Amino acid sequence: MKREKKRLIRIVVAFVLFAVSMVLYKLTPLRSVAAVGEGWNVTDYRFYLYAIPFIAAYLIAGYDVIVKAAKNLVSGRLLDENFLMVVATFGAIALLDLPEACGVMLFYQVGELFQRYAVGKSRRSIAALMDIRPDVARVVKDGEEVLLSPEEVEVGDVLVVRAGERVPVDAVLIEGSCDFDVSSLTGESVPQSASSGDGVLSGSIDVNGEVRLRALKKYEDSTVRKILDLVENAAAKKAKAENFITKFARYYTPVVVAAALLIAILPPIFLGEWGEWIKRALTFLVVSCPCALVISVPLSFFGGIGGASKKGILVKGGAALERLAEVDVFLFDKTGTITEGRFSVVEVYPADKAKDILAAAYIAEGASNHPIARSVVEYASPVSREGYEVKEIAGRGVKAVRGEEVILVGNAALMEEEGVAFDSRQGLGSVLYVARGGKYLGCVTVSDAPKDNAKEVIASLKKEGCRTVLLTGDRKGAAEAVARTVGVDEWVAELLPQDKAAWVEKLLSEEKKGGAVCFVGDGINDAPVLAMADVGISMGGVGSDAAIEASDVVLMKDDLSAIIEGRKIAAKTMRIVRENIFVALGVKVAVLLLTALGVTSAFAMWLAVFADVGVAMLAILNAMRTLR
Amino acid sequence: MKKVYELTDLCCASCAAEIERDVKKLEGVAACNVNFIMQKMTLEISEGADEKSVVKAVTKAVRRVEPDCELVEK
Repeated sequence: MKREKKRLIRIVVAFVLFAVSMVLYKLTPLRSVAAVGEGWNVTDYRFYLYAIPFIAAYLIAGYDVIVKAAKNLVSGRLLDENFLMVVATFGAIALLDLPEACGVMLFYQVGELFQRYAVGKSRRSIAALMDIRPDVARVVKDGEEVLLSPEEVEVGDVLVVRAGERVPVDAVLIEGSCDFDVSSLTGESVPQSASSGDGVLSGSIDVNGEVRLRALKKYEDSTVRKILDLVENAAAKKAKAENFITKFARYYTPVVVAAALLIAILPPIFLGEWGEWIKRALTFLVVSCPCALVISVPLSFFGGIGGASKKGILVKGGAALERLAEVDVFLFDKTGTITEGRFSVVEVYPADKAKDILAAAYIAEGASNHPIARSVVEYASPVSREGYEVKEIAGRGVKAVRGEEVILVGNAALMEEEGVAFDSRQGLGSVLYVARGGKYLGCVTVSDAPKDNAKEVIASLKKEGCRTVLLTGDRKGAAEAVARTVGVDEWVAELLPQDKAAWVEKLLSEEKKGGAVCFVGDGINDAPVLAMADVGISMGGVGSDAAIEASDVVLMKDDLSAIIEGRKIAAKTMRIVRENIFVALGVKVAVLLLTALGVTSAFAMWLAVFADVGVAMLAILNAMRTLR
Repeated sequence: MKKVYELTDLCCASCAAEIERDVKKLEGVAACNVNFIMQKMTLEISEGADEKSVVKAVTKAVRRVEPDCELVEK
């Protein structure tokens, strides 16, 4: 910061001196001297009245550039920006065009200062987005609170977290209750309330009230560390656009410098006017820095990644973001991805009264741990189960007996075996028939229902021209029912994990250039497929290490609509990247052409400085739009 | 072995790319990634290489591109 201030003061001083020199030059008889003949006579004392203030301003503004250029000259880096700038301005001085030399150096420094400020600011705002690192941990040791760094917390330690503080490691709440702000982890803005026994993710902020927690993991294994690793190392995987631009930059400068040499030498051999052509060549040097390009592209990607992480979408690098924007085939896992991943009662078809059938089902299923049974128990209102003896009949259902009274809950086979007359029913998922005392009460259909917004998300992807395919290991009936409900284009059922991989491979091989295949799964048993697809999206947080390792995008929230959101961010980022490349290149090429043709010769160097630093500024500002 | 440095006063993005390129070529460097936005260099020193001399060579390479740049280990 101090450095910046010093720089600013220097620039202001140089600017004042420059302005005074300009006034002296324009408004005093010096001007008329300059206008006489072909310039200055160096032996004339008036030349020094003109030159010294300009040279002083030039040196104040640019001495550090000159020092760096000298260092670069020694180490042989002749294509460095500082060196080229010095060559250009020394050239102008040699042509005795001092206002130009001084002004260009000054303008260049102002631009650099702005650029530095803007980059610093955008860096900080991106970094702030990712600032989820807990600072300290309050650990209770021998009844006393000790402040430790999160890295020092051991599994099993008791932690105290007060309002406004972050939970340092993944932990379970053991005392008290409060609301936790998890927005920086999942993008979910509604605080989550937690009480004794609830698990709490590291990085959550305690909104109200003091609680005690027991550490479940060490810091390096905790969620917050994983997210930080993921996002901070994101830039390691560079996007095609980034690689293109760094490669381009390597050739751009030498080519422009070579062009400058040609312009300085060739035309004047035939046409004369050495001074004019050399000036044009010097102008080329000013435009030869590739910084605007090189800075704006990774900054845009980083902004996009930061913006996505704010919404609970963790993207592993620019490359992943770039591919996400290209995806035109979406493959979905079924259970836990398109569906809730747990069974629930969809419909009750009573023969007589709904209350009777649910009460009977509750009695029979009350003690079972089977997921289907649990869903019925959750759905029905509790009744007394006293005196009933429950027997599970494998592959059929359950039988509850109290004295003479028998309750049967199970599939059609059970009803047939027990000789109960029933209405057979086809439904989504599993059908449970219920009978009490030999009398058929009706049936309940239970299934793993699609998520609420699954249909909308699929529809919106289809509207964007994406092909959607459901891949599942589940049986045909269940797959078809879900596929119909959510409206995917195709579905394939009864796939073993290796079959899924084969499918992904097939679709990858069919993929045209410019498109990409995305697999969306919960990451529990589809890590290989996630890794294989162009873009692997795993849903539901940072639960499994294998899933994080394998996927390119991790959705912290178990919400399909984040896919749409992520795609929007990716598309916007790519648009901004393209804009930046186009504008930066376009302006530079235009300035080079205008300069070569001599159209702008009166203010060529000024324009060139704008093409250099001004465009970089524009590109940085544009890149920051990715954050919004 | 992995080391993370903060690069202070790293002011130009193409210089960052150049540093990364140069450092990668050094003997004893298994991998290097310069993140201009985080102003961070992640350096991986090859197994068996002398850490001190590698770090010295890396510092020299960085200085060649950015004379004012400091490497602060994190």
